[in-house]
Amino acid sequence: MELKKIDDFVWEIPKAGEMRVPGWIFVSERLLRPLLSGKGEGEGEGGGREWNALVQVRNVACLPGIVTASIAMPDVHPGYGFPIGGVGAFDPDEGVVAMGGVGFDINCGVRVLATPLARSDIEGRKEEVADALFAHVPAGLGSEGKIRLTLEGVDEVLEKGAVFALHRGYGLPEDLEYIEENGRMEGADPAAVSKRAKEREFRQIGTLGSGNHYLEVQYVEEIADGEAAQAYGLEEDQILIAIHCGSRGLGHQIGQDSLPELERASRKYGIPIRERELVCAPIRSPEGEKYLAAVFAGINCAFANRQVIAHLVREALAPLFSLPPGKIRTLYDVGHNNVKFERHGVDGEEVRLLVHRKGSTRAFGPGRRENPERYRTVGHPIFVGGTMGTASYILRGTEVGMEKAFGSGVHGAGRAMSRAKAKKRWRGEELVRDLAKQGIVVRAHSYAGAAEEAPGAYKDVDLVVEAAVGAGLNALVAKVRPLVCIKG
Amino acid sequence: MAYEILDHEADAGVRGIGGTLDEAFAEAARGMFSLMADLAQVQERGEVTIDIRADTLEGLLVAWLGELLRERDVRGMLFSRFEVRIGQDEGGWWLEGRAWGELIAPRHRLGVEVKAATYAGLRVERRGEAYIAQCVVDL
Repeated sequence: MELKKIDDFVWEIPKAGEMRVPGWIFVSERLLRPLLSGKGEGEGEGGGREWNALVQVRNVACLPGIVTASIAMPDVHPGYGFPIGGVGAFDPDEGVVAMGGVGFDINCGVRVLATPLARSDIEGRKEEVADALFAHVPAGLGSEGKIRLTLEGVDEVLEKGAVFALHRGYGLPEDLEYIEENGRMEGADPAAVSKRAKEREFRQIGTLGSGNHYLEVQYVEEIADGEAAQAYGLEEDQILIAIHCGSRGLGHQIGQDSLPELERASRKYGIPIRERELVCAPIRSPEGEKYLAAVFAGINCAFANRQVIAHLVREALAPLFSLPPGKIRTLYDVGHNNVKFERHGVDGEEVRLLVHRKGSTRAFGPGRRENPERYRTVGHPIFVGGTMGTASYILRGTEVGMEKAFGSGVHGAGRAMSRAKAKKRWRGEELVRDLAKQGIVVRAHSYAGAAEEAPGAYKDVDLVVEAAVGAGLNALVAKVRPLVCIKG
Repeated sequence: MAYEILDHEADAGVRGIGGTLDEAFAEAARGMFSLMADLAQVQERGEVTIDIRADTLEGLLVAWLGELLRERDVRGMLFSRFEVRIGQDEGGWWLEGRAWGELIAPRHRLGVEVKAATYAGLRVERRGEAYIAQCVVDL
């Protein structure tokens, strides 16, 4: 496969063979290197077929109806069908919807809450804050939420998203303006979601999950963009709370149910299956419409979950700091495993496209009417998660990002080491002790899980941000550091 | 009969090995649940039955593991022992399975929640005298 350097942060896989568009990979040379060393298409370590991220970028470029380019963000690494960090926009009439472009954890994303507290308010009380959040926000394998749902209740979640939670008394009306899609995805159809999927949500709404999901208390270490920081209401030393979670078992089940359905659809419509996780259906087909209606419902499920968890965080912190809930506002809530219809400029014309973002957040720049009014001149914030021990970043959408990548952004560091290797290398208890020495208080429901999430098992998030900003896709607003981290 | 955990960049692969297909599928399930708990701690206090079909044998493995994850969430249980019967008829492949376990508790030394079974690294085949059934699971 040919790879052409366009500039310091852009590489191109020129259109060749069955590719309908080129591949654009927004990485620095350092980030490109591990992508080249991975396996190509073929036999993986386990004996099954495996794909590296560049082959996945190329495979996506072959899908019917793809527009402009198959795009990889700076945190790209191998995924399922699409690479993680993959973005693909499709013509709504000629194009397809692909499950790999969404993944199993539909609308997994990050909500950040901005508090009026300063670092000095927290420093001496980190253990207390950690205990309160750990006790109040359900997390970890088998944890149950505080709300019990019936089938009718789940249907309401799927239809209304964060609005459902609000109606049940979770959160504040002003939260909605600061959630992507205002917390309620249009076009969601609960009837497109199986009863089997809905049953998984009965006890899981308002739970964090496990793995790389987290709840983190952070402080703003450094502000790089005064204008945007002012629009976002951010100051140095300010305390923020980041909530990283998704659509839980319900979303996973939509994925599990859709795999065989979309595999059959791919065959029915004669779309070659280049990787079994890259199954798809024409957007204008009964199968494609059903999958989209189900995914939109899954998106709402995740919005509702994060809305409930945000409320639980407010409840946990209120008595500790005599903080009325209204004093903790939603800075923004944005997903990074989504597919949505959006309007974008292509060849000087505004067109409606179906945009897949797998491990990439929406990052709409200045002027977009979807942005909250307060953020309209600077673009909306996006959150780039680091690890338990390292910095995270707040970036924003840019005009360049709108032009080059359909208004998309980076979402995290990406793993550098497998979970199995990380578990052999670090012991959970020791890791938690080491982090405490660095001033980061960790509470984990699973020590093994914490070891797998060791900071050393991840790539350097600074490099990811450098490439996103260097390519102009996103602009740097602030750097934040963890003080307390709750892991599932 | 045994299972292996296969290395994977971001997630993990599970491989069941058995003298028959049925055993290989049961062991793959043990492999998947070994990622979530110390299986020796999970006692057989309850039982679930699973009845599924798929177009292909490989699809059947993904469906079997996926269905066990669903049972985990719906019942709040972990499982440590499995029995499987697999067959094929004119409508494709079928599986009748049973799983034994109990309600999730901290004493199970919990690991990471498996989100889904995937088609990645998927392989069901005979290798010498044994059968293997494997796929990558999303964590």
